[in-house]
Amino acid sequence: MRGEPVINVRNLTCAYGDFVVVRDISFEVNEGEVFVILGGSGCGKSTVLKHMIGLYEPAEGSVSIHGRRLTGAGERERNEILRSFGVMYQMGALFGSMSLMQNVMLPLEEFTDLPREAREMVAVAKLAMVGLDKFAYNLPSTLSGGMQKRAAIARAMALDPGILFLDEPSAGLDPVTSAELDELIRSLSRNLGITFVIVSHELASIYSIADRVIMLDKQTKGIVAEGDPRQLREGSASETVRSFFNREPAHHADDGHCPVPAEEGA
Amino acid sequence: MDGREGAPSFAEMVGRKTEAAYNDLVDSVAFAGEIVANLAQSVRHPGRLRWKDILLACVRVGVDSLPIIFLIGFLMGLILSFQSAVTLQRFGGEIFVPNMLGLVMFREMGPLVTCILLAARSGSAFAAEIGTMKVNEEVDALNTMGLSPTRFLVTPKILASILMAPLMTMFFNFAALVGGLIVMISLGYPLVTYTSRVFQNLQYTDFYGGLIKALVFSILVAGIGCLRGLQTRSGASAVGDSTTSAVVSGIILIAFADGIFAVAYYYLGI
Repeated sequence: MRGEPVINVRNLTCAYGDFVVVRDISFEVNEGEVFVILGGSGCGKSTVLKHMIGLYEPAEGSVSIHGRRLTGAGERERNEILRSFGVMYQMGALFGSMSLMQNVMLPLEEFTDLPREAREMVAVAKLAMVGLDKFAYNLPSTLSGGMQKRAAIARAMALDPGILFLDEPSAGLDPVTSAELDELIRSLSRNLGITFVIVSHELASIYSIADRVIMLDKQTKGIVAEGDPRQLREGSASETVRSFFNREPAHHADDGHCPVPAEEGA
Repeated sequence: MDGREGAPSFAEMVGRKTEAAYNDLVDSVAFAGEIVANLAQSVRHPGRLRWKDILLACVRVGVDSLPIIFLIGFLMGLILSFQSAVTLQRFGGEIFVPNMLGLVMFREMGPLVTCILLAARSGSAFAAEIGTMKVNEEVDALNTMGLSPTRFLVTPKILASILMAPLMTMFFNFAALVGGLIVMISLGYPLVTYTSRVFQNLQYTDFYGGLIKALVFSILVAGIGCLRGLQTRSGASAVGDSTTSAVVSGIILIAFADGIFAVAYYYLGI
């Protein structure tokens, strides 16, 4: 399952102005694995993801994808690196004025020389992979939240990237739809060998899909745990980690980590 | 403790506002440069333009704005002519109303009012559309696809505004002249006298000068609308703030540019 590292994050410090969100974190993501960045609300999960996909420049450190340094890359190299991965945003971020078909075809129009018929065939195939080929000509606003997220995954896969970044795929979905999305992620990982980097704090989903996780902590602004989520739940020496995985209220006086609301992931 | 410790002093507030204004100026200059680069690229590679988006924006900037352009133009022509005629009638000079109306509309009021209307209508719509896309992470999605939001979202809107604003100005001028005509006919002057008077001392330079103004104003209005949209932050009121800012900034820019045009045209003898 696990191959060579395809993403290298080295000494990454993420900050908004003077406010440091995470400090000096390093980790690798291996080819073909489902890698989850988890932690309580406000610990910087999405911020780290946005630095990994090049939306923000790190205050310090670097991100490399397939051995090519994204941080500080020139425009041409940066665009080439960007095309090597796809991103699904928390709200789907589908273009509202375009049908699902047009959304998926957009990267193909911009970055390939395929004729229109071929682009349409590819787009339909991608939508079929996520079970939405029957809705190809629907506008995103006519679909449910779960369907929009699946369509966003189809668009992210348009150029056959080896890596997909997913920001909170389960957010706002009911447990059944969330489980269906988890199944889709597992299926794509198993059948296409896609590497997934997922930001989540939904424990049920994490146990279901993750090969490996890192846990970020708001107080220490760093990584407090790394490994198999099932092992971390049972055997972590850190109270912060144990209380997160066991959904227990945090003792701020002891470790000060972000508490996980009790209703999450029952 | 008492909550006052964190309150910024007057000097601090002035400093922050100045810094924000400076950053806004830097962003605007950078954005203007990006637009120029994208327009130059569009001229070199017209096939890469998203023509469908341009036509859609043309409909929104042009066709959809026509009713308000006609209405305001007609009313301005009517009111301006009526007020002038009432005053000039005392000196027996109401015959000069068409001369004044043609000159004022073609040189000054036509492009100015048309583009203020476009700022209120289209500039705010651009800011709202792009702002909503920013909040919904659609702009981020474009960025991570390696697509430039400026090329994809801004350039079609700027080009549509460049194409439509001079045309809208002509419609505005026409509507104003119709308004003036009604006043003059009601004062007993025939159509032929009115039209010959309108064009008697109107030069081609007045006509082209007005259209060039409209073109420049349209770039400012569309550009600032798109920039404010791209600057939208998160939060419930963010899109509304961007929309308001787009209109206010658009009108201020038009006023500044009009002043510059007045001086430039004076020295160029236009």
